Amino acid sequence: MAGRNGRAAPADFPPPVDSQGEFIKRELDAEDELIEVGVAIVGGGTAGLACANRLLALLAEDPALLESLGEVPVAVIEKAKTCGGHNLSGAVMRPEPLERLFPDLSREDWRREGFAFGEVEKEAVYLTPTAKRSLKIPTPPPFKNHGNEVISVSALARYQQRIAEEAGAYILTETSATQLLVEDGEVKGVRSGDKGRGKDGEPLGNFEPGTDIKAKATVLAEGCWGHLTGPAIREFDLGRDREPQTWELGVKEVWKVPKALDRVIHTIGPWPVSTRAKYGQVGGTWIYPMKDEKTGDDLVSIGFVIDLEYADATTSAHDLLQTFKTHPLVRKILEGGERVSWGAKALPGGGYWSMPKLSMPGAVLAGDAGGMVDTVALKGVHHSINSGILAAEAIYKGLTDGSTDFTSYEDAIEESVTGKELWEVRNTRQPFSKGFFIGGPLVNLFIATKGKIPVRLPWHRQDEKPMFIGKTSKKYPEPDGKYIFDKLSSVFISGNATRDDAPNHIRVQKSVPREVAETWKWMCPAGVYEIPDDAPEEGDVDVIVNYTNCVQCGAITAKGGRLTTPEGGDGPLYQNT
Amino acid sequence: MKICVLVKEVPDAAVEKRIDSSTKRIDRSGEKNLNPFDTHAIEAAMQVKEGGVVEVEEVVAVTMGPESAFRALHKAVSLGADRSIHLTDEALAGSDCCATGHALAKVLETESPDLVLLGQQSDDGECYTMGAIVADHLKMPSLTQVIKMDVAEGKLTCERQAEYGYDTVEVDLPAVISVGDAINEPRYPSLKAIMGAKKKQLDTKSIGDVGIEADKVGSDGSRTTVLAINPPPEKAAGEIIEDEDTNETVEKIVAWLDERKLLA
Amino acid sequence: MSGILTYALHYEGEFNTNSLGAVSEGAKLAKEIGGDAAVAVVGGDDLTDDLCSSLGKYGASKVYRANAPEGLGAPVVDVMAKVIADEGYSYALFGGGLLGFEIGAGLTARLNAGVTMEVTEVKAQDGKLVAVRPILQDSAIVDVEYVSEPGIIIGRLNAFDVQESGDGSAEVVDVDIQLEEHSTKARMVKRGEQRGADVNIEDAELLVAGGRGLGSAEGFELCEALAEALGGAVAATRAVVDAGWYPYAAQIGQTGKTVAPKLYLAAGISGAIQHKVGMQSSENIVAINKDQNAPIFDFSDLGIVGDLNKILPKLTEAVKAKKG
Repeated sequence: MAGRNGRAAPADFPPPVDSQGEFIKRELDAEDELIEVGVAIVGGGTAGLACANRLLALLAEDPALLESLGEVPVAVIEKAKTCGGHNLSGAVMRPEPLERLFPDLSREDWRREGFAFGEVEKEAVYLTPTAKRSLKIPTPPPFKNHGNEVISVSALARYQQRIAEEAGAYILTETSATQLLVEDGEVKGVRSGDKGRGKDGEPLGNFEPGTDIKAKATVLAEGCWGHLTGPAIREFDLGRDREPQTWELGVKEVWKVPKALDRVIHTIGPWPVSTRAKYGQVGGTWIYPMKDEKTGDDLVSIGFVIDLEYADATTSAHDLLQTFKTHPLVRKILEGGERVSWGAKALPGGGYWSMPKLSMPGAVLAGDAGGMVDTVALKGVHHSINSGILAAEAIYKGLTDGSTDFTSYEDAIEESVTGKELWEVRNTRQPFSKGFFIGGPLVNLFIATKGKIPVRLPWHRQDEKPMFIGKTSKKYPEPDGKYIFDKLSSVFISGNATRDDAPNHIRVQKSVPREVAETWKWMCPAGVYEIPDDAPEEGDVDVIVNYTNCVQCGAITAKGGRLTTPEGGDGPLYQNT
Repeated sequence: MKICVLVKEVPDAAVEKRIDSSTKRIDRSGEKNLNPFDTHAIEAAMQVKEGGVVEVEEVVAVTMGPESAFRALHKAVSLGADRSIHLTDEALAGSDCCATGHALAKVLETESPDLVLLGQQSDDGECYTMGAIVADHLKMPSLTQVIKMDVAEGKLTCERQAEYGYDTVEVDLPAVISVGDAINEPRYPSLKAIMGAKKKQLDTKSIGDVGIEADKVGSDGSRTTVLAINPPPEKAAGEIIEDEDTNETVEKIVAWLDERKLLA
Repeated sequence: MSGILTYALHYEGEFNTNSLGAVSEGAKLAKEIGGDAAVAVVGGDDLTDDLCSSLGKYGASKVYRANAPEGLGAPVVDVMAKVIADEGYSYALFGGGLLGFEIGAGLTARLNAGVTMEVTEVKAQDGKLVAVRPILQDSAIVDVEYVSEPGIIIGRLNAFDVQESGDGSAEVVDVDIQLEEHSTKARMVKRGEQRGADVNIEDAELLVAGGRGLGSAEGFELCEALAEALGGAVAATRAVVDAGWYPYAAQIGQTGKTVAPKLYLAAGISGAIQHKVGMQSSENIVAINKDQNAPIFDFSDLGIVGDLNKILPKLTEAVKAKKG
């Protein structure tokens, strides 16, 4: 099916995947074949581990309940080589939930443990009208970060993992959860992924099948629309009466710099994105200082986030970050420095109206999986921690009562800082779909009125957006290997060591119109999708999928493909993102 | 038969390797993993145990390393070892090849193994053929670069890579065999095995427990010292030829190769 | 103690290049720090007087010959340990190679000595030897000194250049050796079996590597022809292996093999970093690519911007002609 008028929507070429058929298992294995745990937490990131940390703290005070949960009271299932390996965020975090999670730690302790890099003292927000100019504006309320802490979620997860292990959790790294176990309308646990399959899924000589992990309660904390969250939402109709979820893609670099940056910076555009409504580009950047206590190094976290709502197929978040670096404002900060990290990750952008119902019989959704991110202020980390804590408390109560009904969790979220903050900003992103100049003032209106205007602004599915081949790519700078980097060398420093003959975990239709193929090629920060040199200019192209480059950012799921569960242990090994 | 498998925890291949400039030793913080070559050694042990030709009472994983090295032992156990031994002691820090070999031999002596297996090299590339060092201390025959091992009562028939091709060597037990990665395809541990690893017996030993004298190990016991650490030499910029007359270009290339004695 | 004792491996009546390099290096270093440069050889009747004394051409003054099984490490450990104990050599030097590593390691234990492996250079400093070696995948170079004597130096494969010096004939001394009991426990059944099909690219000194620029699987025929002319092997990038143009055993790069041959000739390879890490330590890198901006030209020693379809066949002919 060729494009119409040079436009094609990825949604017209859905990936070959049967969400519920493949990812829901309706009959558990026999008792002696499966593993039984107390609580299974899928995802060893900020939210999942916060849940584990809080739950084990509660269980420590309740030996009877702890014992009743058996040998493995809490199991955390994490597909990366270590917790934190697949985690990436800006991040400037509101401190309160983490202080609540670890009341005995001071901010100094955070920095000594290596996951925090300094309290925000100065901040600045800039408009960047052109590639050369910047205009400092009075800091709008969402960007007021005084008192918050610059952290690395990748490093934080490693810390949380250690604490959870010391408290008795079994952290199963290099393990993916590929199926949700559902029996009698209730979530009974998850099934771990197979290991040792080849390129086309065929079992190799050392094939090891996965195992059913039966749990009294399951927490889906997979991050941005992980692999089981989608099927769960469909199975239990958790998306009913809600706006569809939308996504943003962030690409980040960490730099070691000769001169410390003294302030937290956000830029809200319009450059480097286009202001033309037709292009649909909404994006902004961050630049955060990081003081590494362990090495004494001055680091800078710099990133670019774009709403995946855009319509120009040549939009590339990675290349727009590289473009952004050419601005004098950035050069002043990074010049003379050295890039030490790179990574990419999608985040849920729909906000309050797109949040699914957060509980189902036997399970709850926590963190980004539940869409709890304020994308105006770029704040999601404290919500992840908060939701992890509340999930633990709801599950603790459920276990005590012998119940698998965790609806109390939903109310707890609503009444907590997460519910309140997300409610306030619930209409602040949607207007941008009308373009920067029309949307901008509307957004300001909603921010200024702190969400008091009673209206619900809709989202629509991003993969339904018709794509056209525009001119964004013409502004991308040429890589030089020192300041401006290409995708492949970036994937390399992410520590990506996916097995060469690992099974292909990316589902896309092989033959699609050029507009769709170009969308994937430019969008993917890891260069997974390639168009063969001899592909025709008109008509469909056969996309080459270099899936071993994949850093599992999740963006493809928003724009017409599906990132299915990769083999455990594959993907990047982020250290300080 | 008792098989001991020597394993080592090494930095994950993806982690950027750094030298701690104050101690001049490899910065060992950051992700660590079981040395990939050792997984082949464990697999080889398991294949002997499951092969049915000889009776193997137990497979014991042994490591010498800092506190965190217990993870390598858990991994070894999840792959099938029956129990493990962790030799750890501050006195061992800074041991060079000689000191390490001595310490490992001492701890193995306490186990009296019939067969010692290990990977032929470790990912951090410090000491190749540790097996040969350990074997001489134990007064056992050793073979390295082994890519095939057939076991019979009291002896092994091994194939190993050598300078001139492949050698077939018969080795009497007890012996120390260092295996290459071509020997087998290691299995993946099942989730049950991974979770059960914590429960298997793990004995932590200090140098006193196995009769190692402090002056034979650690920085004091090492026979080499690192004098300096330097970045690798800068490569001079290369020459570029634009091909116009291919005959001429090819002549230049051949001259260039000849100059460097590459056409011998 | 003084002097350097080097091990030389022989096979089918010849000492290999690696060993001759080590012998040359031993002679050179002995001159710098004083003492004899001697060689230890172990084997059977094929170690004739002529063959052994020919090591004098490379600077050896003495050759200790022992009649003991060949191709195994432990007997050589016994021989060298005895010679060092009897004659007082300060250093034991090996040209690396698979057996060299094994013997050197065994000697480390036997003599409770310091050992440095994968050595790329040896320096003489104040009458002592300092071994230089790369570590951490060639990202740093360390200088190592020995706290006691003897010190054991095991070179990287072919790290030392073969150099003729000396008058051409060394004194041959027969060593009467009583092997340790455990040195008799390994017995050679078959030595040096060739397995033609799998050329191990890690051991090849000359590699011709092909990438996407070859255009198709057939493009590899050009590489194979050139490799044959040069006497080397063929390697491939991840992309073409994925595309099925060449087998995985030849793959170089982050998830393939790492090589450091004397010559790495890259045809149609862009030089992306995942490939670069697999071959960047090659001594001489030659790149042929039609794109002048290809990153490989940033780190190649000789870069040719041109059409490999024109260049490779002519280069093959020219190489064949030169080698005669």
